[in-house]
Amino acid sequence: MKRDAYQKLPFRKAVLPWLFLGPSLLCVSIFVVVPFVDAVRRSFFSAMSGEFVGTKNYEIIFQNKAFQLAGWNTIRFTLLCIPALILLSLALALLVHACKERRGIFKTSFLIPMAIPVASIVLIWKVLFHENGLLNKAAVAMGGTPIDWLHSSWAFLLLIISYLWKNSGYDMVLWLSGISSIPGSLFEAAQVDGANAFQTFFRITLPNLKPTLFTITVLSLLNSFKVFREAYLVAGDYPDDSMYMLQHLFNNWFLTLDIDKMCAAATVMAVTVLAVILILQFFLGRSNDE
Amino acid sequence: MRRKLVYLFLVVVALTAWMPIWMLLTGSLMGTREVVESLGPVLKTGAVGFAAWPLLPMYPTLQPFVELLLDTPEFFAMFWNSCLQVFPILIGQVVIGAPAAWAFARYEFRFKKLLFSLYIALMLMPFQVTMVSNYLVLDSLNLIDTMWSIILPGAFSTFPVFIMNRFFAAIPKSVIEAAELDGAGPFQVFFRIGLPLAAPGILSAVVLGFLESWNALEQPLAFLKTKTNWPLSLYLPQISTDNAGISLAASVLMLTPALLIFFFGQKYLEQGIAASGLKD
Repeated sequence: MKRDAYQKLPFRKAVLPWLFLGPSLLCVSIFVVVPFVDAVRRSFFSAMSGEFVGTKNYEIIFQNKAFQLAGWNTIRFTLLCIPALILLSLALALLVHACKERRGIFKTSFLIPMAIPVASIVLIWKVLFHENGLLNKAAVAMGGTPIDWLHSSWAFLLLIISYLWKNSGYDMVLWLSGISSIPGSLFEAAQVDGANAFQTFFRITLPNLKPTLFTITVLSLLNSFKVFREAYLVAGDYPDDSMYMLQHLFNNWFLTLDIDKMCAAATVMAVTVLAVILILQFFLGRSNDE
Repeated sequence: MRRKLVYLFLVVVALTAWMPIWMLLTGSLMGTREVVESLGPVLKTGAVGFAAWPLLPMYPTLQPFVELLLDTPEFFAMFWNSCLQVFPILIGQVVIGAPAAWAFARYEFRFKKLLFSLYIALMLMPFQVTMVSNYLVLDSLNLIDTMWSIILPGAFSTFPVFIMNRFFAAIPKSVIEAAELDGAGPFQVFFRIGLPLAAPGILSAVVLGFLESWNALEQPLAFLKTKTNWPLSLYLPQISTDNAGISLAASVLMLTPALLIFFFGQKYLEQGIAASGLKD
């Protein structure tokens, strides 16, 4: 029925949206969609001989030690960092929301790390986390032992800290917009019914923030891949094993132009990201939204 | 009491957020000698003792900036490279993205839902997913190692389309219908009503886009082999170990445009972030 509706439109009207969308769609197709489909196709072929090899490229990458390490680190990082970021930014949002005055200056402060280019603070990260750096200085002053943060499994912590530092503000703004979209009448009704602060929070604020949680989780996942910038600039191509992520691996395969491996790995990554988003959407999305 | 604790917590977090900027500013005003003295233990291999970072420089001087301005022409070349990559990306995102966002917000057409889902899916994919396919196209067009290998994929990003779409969709239907009754054609409606009313959305997309591309690392690292094409984000970390004083001054200069855009565009940045919420 809908199909007929489109066909009944006069030609001029039917063609209009495509005039607006056309340039973008054409460019996106040429630069992203078509080559990606091609990459998926290539993942089933050998880059050298060009013959069909079935799932052999996938078997190779899944047996590859570097892929296993990088994949595990990426999963571990995601599972640790995203919940930590979500809780921290929710706490910040609630506290900022509760502040009657000086809200602006706190918002600015939490957002500012977003504006700081990673390259310009590499030196600061190094001075903080170096074996002879400020963090160890503080540790020793308090009676601890110095740790080589950059070249031990503690390097992973550096990733977590820089991720939280950089992204808390972004997520806080998302939470704040979620909080402010909850109708005030709900809170008034709760107050009339004599609910205390905790009841109000767990019965009204949190349930109404469920759609926001979906958004925040998905965008945090997207942003989590960008910690590569800090990791790469501070520790280089081959950092400590604990912070060797899929992003490093892709980069190193790229240098040697392992096209078939990269195609297979890109396909695996795309499918994984999509699957995670769909699962999140199933559990968090839509149900009570609009 | 509880109120005070809340403020204390917020102030501590806020100070942590500002700390690197403070360190950069004070660091860039230290003279070469003070930098070497304070940071020596970190910069030299095999040094003993711990680095120090004075809260305020003991002997403040603009000498690092002067040296940077006079002695390092590469810095300006790279700064210019960054501009040459970032601004065309932003222009492309608006010129190509805004009409697309308008089409999604304003019209009903076949495959609309499917295409919009595709755009969202693409915007959520990390760079690593599209890295190899980007490479294959750019290579076949002979664009690898040129500025275009950074500009084109950036300009066709679908994220700004998504942001702008939110703002176009928020324009009341009655405004558009009134314009149409007055005889405005579809393009007039777009240019005279859509663009002006959704200007905050376009600015939001531009601010977010600027902060992202000014910071770009993955793309230039993969696609630019010749050093003279490098943007600041790749070049800056290279000088950090040989000359920390100059590197700090350079970091401040790299930070400045981003901070300016942040402070003038914070309102739009916040609106843009809020619009990036995937509500439907």
